[in-house]
Amino acid sequence: MKWSEFFVTGEPLIYAADVSIVLTAIGIVFVLTYFKKWKWLWNEWLTTVDHKKIGVMYIISAVLMLFRGGVDALLMRAQLTVPNMKFLDSQHYNEIFTTHGTIMIIFMAMPFIIGLMNIVVPLQIGARDVAYPYLNALSFWLFFVGAMLFNIAFVIGGSPDAGWTSYFPLASKEFSPGVGNNYYAVALQISGIGTLMTGINFLVTILKMRAPGMTLMRMPMFTWTILITCVIIIFAFPVFTVALALMTFDRLFDTQFFTMANGGMSMLWANLFWIWGHPEVYIVVLPAFGIFSEVVSTFARKRLFGYKAMVFSIVGIAFLSFLVWVHHFFTMGAGAAVNSFFSITTMAIAIPTGVKIFNWLFTLRKGKIRFTTAMLWSLAFIPNFVIGGVTGVMLAMAAADYQYHNSYFLIAHFHYVLIAGTVFACFAGLHYWYPKMFGHILNERLGKWTFWLFMIGFNICFFPMYFLGLMGMTRRMYTYSAGLGWTPLNVVATVGAALMGIGFIVLCYNIYYSARYGERDMTGDPWDGRTLEWATSSPVAHYNFAIIPEVTDLDAYWVMKKTGKGLEIDEEKLKPIHMPSNSGRPFLISIAFFFAGFGLVFEWYTMAIIATIFIILGLILRSFDDDDGYYISVDEIKRTERLARKGA
Amino acid sequence: MATNDHHETFPWKHVIGFVLSLVLTFAALWVVLSSGLATKLIIGIIVILAMLQASLQLFMFMHMTESDSGKIQTINMAYAFFIAIVIVIGSIWVMWFVV
Amino acid sequence: MAEVAHHYDEKMPLEYRTEESRLNILGFWIFLGAEVALFATLFATYLVLFQRTGHGPTAMELFKVKEVMIETLLLLTSSFTCGLAIHEMRRNRLKGLLTWLIITLLLGAGFITFEIREFIDYVHEGATIQTSAFLSSFFVLVGTHGAHVSLGIGWMILIIIQLLQRGFTPRTARKVFIVSLYWHFLDVVWIFIFTLVYLTGMVI
Repeated sequence: MKWSEFFVTGEPLIYAADVSIVLTAIGIVFVLTYFKKWKWLWNEWLTTVDHKKIGVMYIISAVLMLFRGGVDALLMRAQLTVPNMKFLDSQHYNEIFTTHGTIMIIFMAMPFIIGLMNIVVPLQIGARDVAYPYLNALSFWLFFVGAMLFNIAFVIGGSPDAGWTSYFPLASKEFSPGVGNNYYAVALQISGIGTLMTGINFLVTILKMRAPGMTLMRMPMFTWTILITCVIIIFAFPVFTVALALMTFDRLFDTQFFTMANGGMSMLWANLFWIWGHPEVYIVVLPAFGIFSEVVSTFARKRLFGYKAMVFSIVGIAFLSFLVWVHHFFTMGAGAAVNSFFSITTMAIAIPTGVKIFNWLFTLRKGKIRFTTAMLWSLAFIPNFVIGGVTGVMLAMAAADYQYHNSYFLIAHFHYVLIAGTVFACFAGLHYWYPKMFGHILNERLGKWTFWLFMIGFNICFFPMYFLGLMGMTRRMYTYSAGLGWTPLNVVATVGAALMGIGFIVLCYNIYYSARYGERDMTGDPWDGRTLEWATSSPVAHYNFAIIPEVTDLDAYWVMKKTGKGLEIDEEKLKPIHMPSNSGRPFLISIAFFFAGFGLVFEWYTMAIIATIFIILGLILRSFDDDDGYYISVDEIKRTERLARKGA
Repeated sequence: MATNDHHETFPWKHVIGFVLSLVLTFAALWVVLSSGLATKLIIGIIVILAMLQASLQLFMFMHMTESDSGKIQTINMAYAFFIAIVIVIGSIWVMWFVV
Repeated sequence: MAEVAHHYDEKMPLEYRTEESRLNILGFWIFLGAEVALFATLFATYLVLFQRTGHGPTAMELFKVKEVMIETLLLLTSSFTCGLAIHEMRRNRLKGLLTWLIITLLLGAGFITFEIREFIDYVHEGATIQTSAFLSSFFVLVGTHGAHVSLGIGWMILIIIQLLQRGFTPRTARKVFIVSLYWHFLDVVWIFIFTLVYLTGMVI
């Protein structure tokens, strides 16, 4: 391979990206060296096994990826604003919609959700950490190196360009000869392993580490949704693992799974992809439902309406989400029986979702509503998500889908469910739990600015797309001619996208502003919360709870506040707390994964094999590791608790 | 360290499990090679035999139901097999039109 | 379900005595659930593709009863001996445990040897992973299982070393138990490979 092929050349945008990447890297190294922060970085972050810090790192990565995916989106909107635009050529456009989709789903939505669940779930169930803290660190670093591997593609070797679904035969070596789709196959594989381990970790954590008295039916709703999400992760991700492996074999070793000759079956890829892909949608949206449930209940000052109905509908979704995948390719033509079956299951899954909408509405009814930023996101979610859901039922009708399929109608639909569902929830959750992460509150005034800019921009951007779809504009076209009459709505959509971009900038400014001038949360309970995470100090002590609380009912902390029981810490009852030791191995193993993946992408097998040997070595060292963790002494707990209380 | 003296000395459970596994394996082989039944019937029978043998492993060798997590372990495996059936039967059914 | 508060008396098998061990064993069961989904996908791929043989040989032309039966019996017996190893561990007999583990290991190695020979034979007959969709899915399904067995052998060796170094501890006992779960699970997968790949391939 020549160097001119190794680095992507010929595009001014890419050169600008090269320069900014180099400058940012130099900047980071300089700042870390100048302020002597290397040791801090290593001890406090790179080697940490603390679920709260891991959660923070997930969220930082997710916000970075939101930036990357958002820039991709804005480039696409710029290209489509007017007919015959020459801003991006077709190849570049293909690459950008591919990376936009992949990054937003896999490297933005999922890590944002996983970040929030890392921070919140152990606190909500009254645990001191997750079941496997070491594995948790490994999960994060695998996700992170997977994301980095995917993100370097656009400057080294070239981006994938077959869409986030990477359908065959387009994604085959024959039709996509570059390394771009190797990046897709390998990077998603690496971060997928991390996600699977997170699923197992949190499932066991929730099932086995709840505070005494917290029965399953006393769990906060967010924890319930995470429990079910973990179940879906555990059974859906292996399917993706296999699909990606087969794709890798087809591309690197000339196997015949999805080829067009020797018996290969291109359409099988779509089948496998969506067996994972549909549950994946629920992986990112169920936790969002959980976040909205917490926020709505807190700021309506009411217990969640119909808790049991909510639980059963989530469990029902876990079951049904594996039975609907064919609705993504009705037009493949699998026949009337197949399409009818999946049409009906798809409509059926709308029922438990609809039940939940009523749960939130009835929770709001007669509540004392406080319009905080988190609450605004949650309130906006309901009508916007309903628009997405109703158009989803339209798409579920197999016969009608032949008309809507892969048009902008579909684009509008899934952005309405994914942005109004997941992204609104991530922002709501970020505002809501921010004090638990950093000890201060995100500025509410700036938060509301973000909300209105983003929410209005979102509707201006995506609502016209329903009509563009009905007018015949199809997905993934890089330009269109003037006579089609699509121009006005496209201009409107681009304006909306710009507003969303401005909203994001305000959010970033808010993070900076609040860090400098934000109101410190002295109480640990700034929103008058209902669940156990508000019983801890803000930011949360390393060990979470000095004494594990006893749970007697749903909304455990609310009950504690009402009865006055369990709020004070009896220093006599303190015992040394066992904590796991930090380890640099998850980070180092993941670095080895990065090089193994990079070797595979470029088919440099020596590099891949050497890196794999390092991975195996890391696993062997782990097997012989006898570290039992350490104890935090009672004196230290007393000191920490008194300090936190003095703040209050 | 305490011993587990209440544990039986001869591994009856394992021996019975092993013998049954052998019987099921050879039964499946016999059905395929010399029963002379219709192909569909043969496949139905050997799949049932395989499922029996798999549950034998899970219950008699792997102690799936033991410990305080026995229930979770069993539900987990049951759900896993449900998903497996959905994936296998579903894929065959969906892709049948090209096969 | 506040199991956290339970404390186990000494009657509990050694591998269940610490909280960490109980969590790890449960976590491994959950992982096996994920493995079921993984192999199910490989089976689905194989069953969709196995009649799509292109210009290559068909299943009926390729598979030989004798080799397959030897592999099956080796793995089945190794699952039994692995169960005996756990039985010995629960009777607190380190020597018995080690003996049965090593026998299991040898049977597993025998299985892998036969499988590799089988694969080499097929390649010599012109049936490679690149020949047809049927063969790609065959080699990847059976090969993934073989890779799991090979990994299990390496893992078991590590645990035997730890047993020799440290004897019975709650940690080594738990590791032995988990590797035994893994090993039995691989036999479960093989039962389905035997049935859905080899036996089915002999009738269709």
